Amino acid sequence: MSATTSLTAADYEAVIGLEVHVQLKTKTKMFCCCKNEFGGAVNSHVCPVCLGLPGVLPVPNEEAIIKTILTGEMLGCQIATRCKFDRKNYFYPDMPKNYQISQYDEPLCRGGTVRLDLMAYPKDAQKDPATSADKAVRLVRIHLEEDVAKSFHFEDGTSGIDFNRAGTPLMEIVSEADMSSPEEAFAYLSSLKQILIYGDVSDADMEKGQMRCDVNVSVRPRGQKEFGTKCELKNLNSISGVRRALKYEIARQIDVVASGGKIEQQTRRWDDDKGETTLMRTKEQAHDYRYFPDPDIHPVRTDEGLYEEAQSRMPELPAAKKLRLALEYSLTAYQAGVLAADAPLADYFEKAAKPKPANGPAIANFLLNDYLAIAQAEEIRPKAPAFYFTELAELSVSGKINSRQAKEVFAQMVTAGKSPTQLVKELGLEQVSDVAQLEAFCDQAIAANPKSVADFKAGKQNAVNALKGQVMKLSKGTANPQLVGEILLKKLSA
Amino acid sequence: METASLTIPELRRKLSSGEVRPREVVDHLASRIEAVDPKIKAYVHLNVEKARAEADKANPALPLGGVPIAIKDVINVKGDPCGCASKILEDYVAPYDATVITKLRRAGAILFGRTNMDEFAMGSSTENSSRGPTHNPWDLERIPGGSSGGSAAAVAGHEAFAALGTDTGGSIRQPAALCSCVGLKPTYGRVSRYGLTAFASSLDQIGTFTKTVEEAALLLEIIAGHDTRDNTSGEQPAPAYTAALKTGVKGMRFGVPKEYFIAGIDPEVEKAVRTAIDEYRGQGAEIVEVSLPHTKYAVAAYYIIATAEASSNLARFDGVRYGRRVQNPKDILDLYGRTRAEGFGPEVKRRIILGAYVLSSGYYDAYYNRAQQVRRLIADDFRQAFKKCDALLTPTSPTPAFKLGERMQDPLQMYLADIFTIAVNLAGICGVSIPCGFTSAKLPIGLQIIGPKWGEEAILRAAHAYERATPWHKEKPPL
Repeated sequence: MSATTSLTAADYEAVIGLEVHVQLKTKTKMFCCCKNEFGGAVNSHVCPVCLGLPGVLPVPNEEAIIKTILTGEMLGCQIATRCKFDRKNYFYPDMPKNYQISQYDEPLCRGGTVRLDLMAYPKDAQKDPATSADKAVRLVRIHLEEDVAKSFHFEDGTSGIDFNRAGTPLMEIVSEADMSSPEEAFAYLSSLKQILIYGDVSDADMEKGQMRCDVNVSVRPRGQKEFGTKCELKNLNSISGVRRALKYEIARQIDVVASGGKIEQQTRRWDDDKGETTLMRTKEQAHDYRYFPDPDIHPVRTDEGLYEEAQSRMPELPAAKKLRLALEYSLTAYQAGVLAADAPLADYFEKAAKPKPANGPAIANFLLNDYLAIAQAEEIRPKAPAFYFTELAELSVSGKINSRQAKEVFAQMVTAGKSPTQLVKELGLEQVSDVAQLEAFCDQAIAANPKSVADFKAGKQNAVNALKGQVMKLSKGTANPQLVGEILLKKLSA
Repeated sequence: METASLTIPELRRKLSSGEVRPREVVDHLASRIEAVDPKIKAYVHLNVEKARAEADKANPALPLGGVPIAIKDVINVKGDPCGCASKILEDYVAPYDATVITKLRRAGAILFGRTNMDEFAMGSSTENSSRGPTHNPWDLERIPGGSSGGSAAAVAGHEAFAALGTDTGGSIRQPAALCSCVGLKPTYGRVSRYGLTAFASSLDQIGTFTKTVEEAALLLEIIAGHDTRDNTSGEQPAPAYTAALKTGVKGMRFGVPKEYFIAGIDPEVEKAVRTAIDEYRGQGAEIVEVSLPHTKYAVAAYYIIATAEASSNLARFDGVRYGRRVQNPKDILDLYGRTRAEGFGPEVKRRIILGAYVLSSGYYDAYYNRAQQVRRLIADDFRQAFKKCDALLTPTSPTPAFKLGERMQDPLQMYLADIFTIAVNLAGICGVSIPCGFTSAKLPIGLQIIGPKWGEEAILRAAHAYERATPWHKEKPPL
C-alpha cells in the first residue's frame, strides 16, 4: 500500500559520502619511469610497462608511497606498517593489463578526519547561521593505486584511448557518510584540496582531472537510524558542480520518497549544463574483482624509513597557521584565515612581514585587497619581491606616504618592477608633513576660496573638505591629509 | 668433430684462435638446423641473415663472443616475434629486450633462433603449441617434454649450442631429462623475469639448456643478478659459478626423499637414478634418507596457484593494443570474447577458467588462500631436509618420453609428468636435471639435483662431479 505521507522536504535529511581520487604530484608514474605530466601529445608518455605489453613488470614508486603516508599523517590516519598491493581484476579498454594494481585489505591509511573550517564553505553558506563552524568528517581509508587510461568517444562511433594517464599514481580517499548537505560536501572537498596542496602532495585541480569525485547520497526521514537507498553520482567536474549535483539529487530523491515512491539503487550521471542527473545504470551484479596479492611486488615496510621521511615533510597545517599568523603579526581572524587558506600567499606574506611584524596588518591589507584584486582580474599573480611589500607597508605606516599615494606606488611596483623606495623618489611622492610648508599651502587655499571659508564659518563643517582638496592639489597630492585637516581647522576657527 | 656439436668452451677456443670465424659458426649451425629440424621441429623462427650480421660484429674476447644461443619463444627479443606458441600473438613483434637478452648481448652472444614451446608455457609435452609439436631427437614419435621442448630438443639434437628456457613447474628440467641434456632452473629471483611473458609470476624462472654442466654454470654467471626492473629479483650478488665447479663431492651429504620413490615410476628410471646415487656414494658423498611429507599436495597446490596467477597475467591479451584482434566485433565484449576464444588453445583456456574460479568470491579462502598455506608447508619440508643434507637427489620425470598424442586426452595424466619437479618451484629453490642413463629403448633418463635457495653452486658442483665420471653427456641422438 503506498501511502501519501504528510512529510515535507524539511522532514528529510540527506546522507552523503564521498570517494575522491587524487593524482599524486610525482615526477614519474606509479610503476614505471614514464613522466607523470599533464598534457603532452596523445600516447607520448608511455612505455612497455604502462602499456601492459607481454613480459613487463611493475616497480613501485617510493615517492608515491611517501606522499600517501604524508596525506594520512596530515589527516590523522593510522598508517599501515607495510604497503601491500593487490590486483583488482576486470576487463575494460582503459586498463592495459585488464587488472588494476591497487590495495584491497591493507590500505596504507585507515581512519582519519577532515575538519571543515567555516571558510571552506561556499561564500553564501558561510553567512548562514545553520552552517556548522567545526564539523569533522571521518575517513574510512586512503589507499594507493594506479590510474587508468583516458577514453575518447568520437562522432563516427569509434573510440580511442590515450595511455598517458595510465599508471599515474592515484590516492583513493573514502569518507564515511558523515555529510548532510551539498554545502558540507563542498567544504569537505575544499578542505581536502587545501591539505593536499599544503603537503605538496597534489595540485588537486578538479578541472584538470587531478582530483575526481564520486558521490554516494541517500535520504531518510530526519532522525531515522536506517539509511535510505543510495545513488551514486558521476561526471562531477568541479567542486561547485558537486554542490549543484547534490542539491538536485537530494531534491529528486526527497520528491520520490515523499510522494510514496522508492529509490532504486542507481548510478546517475550529472549534466552540469542541463542541471540534472540521469540514469547511467542500475545496480548490477556486483563485480567480482577476484582480488589477490600482486605476486610481482614484494610488500614494502613503511617503518624502515618511508614513514620517517613522510614525517619530516609535515607542513604547518592551515588551522595552526591561521592561529600563528594572527598572533605573530597582529592580524584579524579574517586576514589570518584568508592567508592560511593559501599556502604560497601565506609564505609570501611572512617573507614581507618578518622584518617588522608590527606592520603585518598593513601588509596583509595590501596583499588581500590590492594584490589579490590584480590576481583575480588578470588571472595571474603579479611577480614582485616580498620586500617591496615590506617597504610599502613601512612607508605607509610611518606616514611618509598617504593611502592614495600608496595605491599609486603599489600599481607601479608590480608593473614597472621598481621598489617602493625607488618609486617614491622618482615620483616625488614623499608626503609633506612639514608644518611650515603645509601652513603655507593652507593659507594659499584659504585665500583662493573665500566661498568655502564663508560656508564653513556659516556652520557647514564639510566645507573644509573642499579646502583640503585644494591643498592636496596645490601640493600635488603630497600633503599629509590628516595634518592638513588639523591646520585648516585651526586656521578657520581662529 | 662437427662445429655444431662443440661445447661452448671448445667453440670459444676455436673462435679465439681464429680457427673458425663467427659467421662460419652461424653457417654451420644453420646447415645442421636445415638438415635435422624438419624432423625435430624445434624452431619456430630463424633469421639467418640477422645472425650473420651479428656474427660479423662479434668480439671473441667477450665471455660469449660469437656464440649463438637459441631463445624460447616466450622471452622478448627486440625486433623478433614473440609468439609464445599462441595464435593470439602470432604477429606480435617485441619492441624491447628482456633483461637476460641485454645481458647475453653484452656478453657477446648471438641470438639465433626462437624455439617451440607449449602455448604460454602451459604444458609438459610441447603438444600445446599453436605451431605443432616438437619431436624428441632420440625418438621422433615421442614428445621432447615441455613446456620448453623446443629448447631441449635443439640442444640435444645439436641444433643449438645452448638455449634459454623457462621453468614454472618443471618446464626446463623435465624436457632436459627426456632429451638428455643439462637443464637448470635457478632459485626464484636469481634471474630477472623482466621481458619474460608471464605465466605464473611467483613460480616462473628463466634457465638454461646446455650439453654440459660447465656450460650451464657459464651461462648462469651471465644471466644471473639483481634487476631494478624486477621487484622480485634477489639482491644477492651472483658468484662466479664456474669457479667452484670442480671441487668434487667428497664430504657432501645428499638427501634421498622417500616420497619421490613411489610406485608408478618406470622401473628403468628408478634403476638408473639409484645407480647414480651409488655413484655419488662411491665418490665419497654421504647419502641420507629424508622425508618431504607434503609432497603429495604439491601438484594440487601448484594447479591452483599457477592457474590463478595465469588467469590474471593473460587478461592483457584482449585484441585492444597488440596481438590478434577479431574482425568486425559487435561491441567490446564481442571483441574480447571472440579474440580470446579464437586466440587461445584449449589448455590455456582450461587454466584461465580454473584460475578465475579459484580466485572467485566465495572460493578464494578455500582454494587460493589454502594452496598458499600448503605451499608454505612444502617450502618448510625442504628447509627441514636441507638441515640434514646439502642437496637432494631424485628422478626428474617418473617416466621416459611418452608418445606424441598419448596423454592429450587426459589433462590430469599430463599434469602428473611434473610430479617430481613441481614442488621445487613452489618452494622457490633451485634444481638441475642431468643425463643419468638411457632405457633399453634408448630413451634418456634424467637425475634431478635439488638445492636450497641460492644453492646453485652446490648443485652445479654435484652435477659436474657426476658428469665427469659418466659417459651420458657424450651420447648423440641418431640424427
